[in-house]
Amino acid sequence: MTAALEVRHASKVYGSGPTEVHALRDVDLSVERGELVAIMGPSGSGKSTLLTIAGSLEDATSGEVVVDGAELSRMSRNDRARLRRRSIGYVFQDFNLLPGLSALENVALPLELDGIGARAAWATALESLESLGLSDRAGHFPDQLSGGERQRVAIARAIVGNRHLLLADEPSGALDSANSEAVMRLLRAACKGGVAGVVVTHDAQLASWADRVVFIRDGRIVDQTAQPPSPDSLLSSHNES
Amino acid sequence: MSVRHALLALLSEGPKYGLRLRQEFEARTGEVWPLNIGQVYTTLQRLERDALVESDDAQGDGPQNVFRITAAGRRELDEWLRTPPDTLSPPRDELVIKVQVALRVPGVDVHDVIQAHRRHLVETMQRYTHLKAEGSEDDVGLGLIVDAELFRLEGVVRWLDAADARLQRLPAAGLVEMAYEQGQHKAVRR
Repeated sequence: MTAALEVRHASKVYGSGPTEVHALRDVDLSVERGELVAIMGPSGSGKSTLLTIAGSLEDATSGEVVVDGAELSRMSRNDRARLRRRSIGYVFQDFNLLPGLSALENVALPLELDGIGARAAWATALESLESLGLSDRAGHFPDQLSGGERQRVAIARAIVGNRHLLLADEPSGALDSANSEAVMRLLRAACKGGVAGVVVTHDAQLASWADRVVFIRDGRIVDQTAQPPSPDSLLSSHNES
Repeated sequence: MSVRHALLALLSEGPKYGLRLRQEFEARTGEVWPLNIGQVYTTLQRLERDALVESDDAQGDGPQNVFRITAAGRRELDEWLRTPPDTLSPPRDELVIKVQVALRVPGVDVHDVIQAHRRHLVETMQRYTHLKAEGSEDDVGLGLIVDAELFRLEGVVRWLDAADARLQRLPAAGLVEMAYEQGQHKAVRR
């Protein structure tokens, strides 16, 4: 299977001289379609920097990022912007919905920015909202939605159209546990549908929804989980006790 | 959880056969905690001995025997439901001891030890979450049990994160020892 995202030997340095900060150091990461990977680490460990570099929101100081087989450093500025609009969906802790637009308009926006006509964009956006159980909220503005609903709209926007890569930064940080679980079920379902997903978090419960958890510390990947064994092993351990 | 009190709770709904008690126990614990029928009958015998349940046939505990809760059994169940679990035991957690010991063993990086445990805990949490994700959202029994385990394990991971950060703030190996010993002295004086 082709990796939807490959980060090769990526490093990121902010500032220079005595104020130099090494946010990432020689990081390798590969995520395939259908896979949900969590990047787990404490504040300041470099996990959000890794996500912004993977999503082409920021450049690595050295190393390479490959999305769907295309090396970002070889692409023009316009091509990279197009890749971000078409292939990559972003979900942030504070939702980042535009307050003056309805849920439907927020979801349709990336399609319209990509040159798709309003009628077609709205039809596709409505399908995305419907898939997340939000069709009755399409005309509501963000301030008329609950926190959980806003994040579901943000996920609808992130997966609208034909996105291959879904990047989420603490997507349930502002939500209660029931809404957090709903958000992670949706992200997991999107990945099972063929999208490659990366979630960065410091929260172990959130990370446990992933197929693979990568641990980052001081800008380096220090460890990762093995393929999780079958839940049957939980049953046998209870039998033994 | 106490199997004894779980059986009393099931019998509080009405008289039941041993086999049915086993099936209902497993269904309500989301089948995460299987019981063998021998465990069910042994527990029922003890409950009967303590006059907390009674059966139709005092001579045997075969599959045809129906059990019912007594008034004393209802009082016992009610008291158990309201009794807080033991949360005041002294901290003798094995993981806490391992991290404290790792701090003192030459050549061992305590952060590596913490990470090994963190990874193991997250892998266990992945298995529970997978169980929840694959199960029906309407399966309340499974959801309650899996969530309880997930919150417990998350608490342990958060303790590891806090321990990691606390140890990271210590400037040098010599000070680690000093800080440790000062802490021990304070603990002893307390």
